[in-house]
Amino acid sequence: MSFLSHLISGISLGSIYAIIALGYTMVYGIAKMLNFAHGDVIMVGAYACFFMVSRYEIPAVVGVLSAVVICTLLGIIIERLAYKPLRSATSLAVLITAIGISYFLQNAAQLLWTSNPKVFNSLMGDGSVKLFDGRLSISVTAIVTIVVCVIIMLALTWFTGRTKMGKAMRACSEDKGAAQLMGINVNFTISMTFAIGSALAAIAGVLLCSAYPILTPTTGSMPGIKAFTAAVFGGIGSIPGALLGGVLLGIIEIFGKAYISTQLSDAIVFVVLIVVLLVKPTGLLGKQVQEKV
Amino acid sequence: MLKVNDINVFYGAIHAVKQVSLEVTEGEIVTLIGANGAGKSTTLQTISGLLRSRTGSISFMDANIGAMAPHKIVERGLAQVPEGRRVFLRMTVRENLEMGAYTQKSNGISADLERAFTLFPRLKERHKQIAGTLSGGEQQMLAMGRALMSHPKLLMLDEPSMGLAPILVEQIFSTIVEMNRDGTTILLVEQNAQMALSVASRAYVLETGNIVMQGDAHELAGNEEVKKAYLGG
Repeated sequence: MSFLSHLISGISLGSIYAIIALGYTMVYGIAKMLNFAHGDVIMVGAYACFFMVSRYEIPAVVGVLSAVVICTLLGIIIERLAYKPLRSATSLAVLITAIGISYFLQNAAQLLWTSNPKVFNSLMGDGSVKLFDGRLSISVTAIVTIVVCVIIMLALTWFTGRTKMGKAMRACSEDKGAAQLMGINVNFTISMTFAIGSALAAIAGVLLCSAYPILTPTTGSMPGIKAFTAAVFGGIGSIPGALLGGVLLGIIEIFGKAYISTQLSDAIVFVVLIVVLLVKPTGLLGKQVQEKV
Repeated sequence: MLKVNDINVFYGAIHAVKQVSLEVTEGEIVTLIGANGAGKSTTLQTISGLLRSRTGSISFMDANIGAMAPHKIVERGLAQVPEGRRVFLRMTVRENLEMGAYTQKSNGISADLERAFTLFPRLKERHKQIAGTLSGGEQQMLAMGRALMSHPKLLMLDEPSMGLAPILVEQIFSTIVEMNRDGTTILLVEQNAQMALSVASRAYVLETGNIVMQGDAHELAGNEEVKKAYLGG
């Protein structure tokens, strides 16, 4: 029974990684950059929600929605001010800028909200569902996290496959020049991608802090790095890859903690990543399209 | 309809297009011929707004488009089928065509799809297929069908015959003539000068970034220098 319980917490943690990884992978797919500030947008979302709900006692739903709006705007502003001027710069310059934004957000958070940890009360309460005569207990937070992840995946699949904007994003991620010749406004499309990724980051922040309730200015950095790993693991640029990579990473991490060693669990996660990349450099679902001439 | 006046385009220090001026009038097929590296594609990309000229002006339907964003230029009815087709390989044939209609209102798209399918029946058979699995000729048809979806007043084609078997080249060129008869003005860039001159009414010859000759396509096809340089004797 403990196996099942670990599996469920693994999937739940993995769902959070998957939601964060979606932000990395979508932005990479379209702007061909690694947005290392993505993890810190999660932290901003969590603080936004914390202040709304715990301090000002605004209803949880409104708190989450406000966090989503704040992060969406933050994502658009970051892209506009920091990344857009570097559209034709070398990728190293963009990468260093992203790391700079990451530190900027962490330090701004420290100035604004101090480095004292805040205790984030789960918005879902601390209830749990008991199965098999109470031998298996699943927290409501875990269930909500998994359900939210599934809904987000379905929504994104619909968005990229069926809507005009979503298809335009796929077109831009494949060939920006050709997309421009179709009349697609590439800058606007990139901006929208950052908006979606950052909105997802806000949701991930709320879910993360509901499961692991200590909130500090560096809360987003480790999950951010792990979700980036998940995105690479699944195949960067691929949306189903982000889901698969995220969930597998969560399961490996929890199983590593439970059966091998708590201290080594992160190391195990990264060893698995290295092995996967050695065997399949494009990640699990990453693909290379052969170009016909 | 299109007036390009004295443009100069650089890639870093390389002066790729030098003082090029050209004009296309409504209803015409105009061709721009020249060898590899003469600056033909660069000229088209500059007209489309993907590259910028340092000097001169480009006007389309009496509007100055020289500094306009590429997507705005498409909205005004100037489309391009780029060199190497550049279809979206991971998207289906149908999705590619839908992307071509990006500037259009969604309620007219199904009629436009039908029009593209009538022009290229092969695309209809394969509309659910991923574009990356099409042959080179089919990809060229898709690239042309896609560009037509935006209802261009002027369509620029960059080397549509590149890498295609002679029979397909014939087909592609007869489609170009058909599109022109249906009211689309054409600016055609080609290395296959013989084919290009046979369908065009006027032509420009580009050599290392300069326009060295221009005039009636028939006359140019008979010109000794053109024959020697571009028509194989």
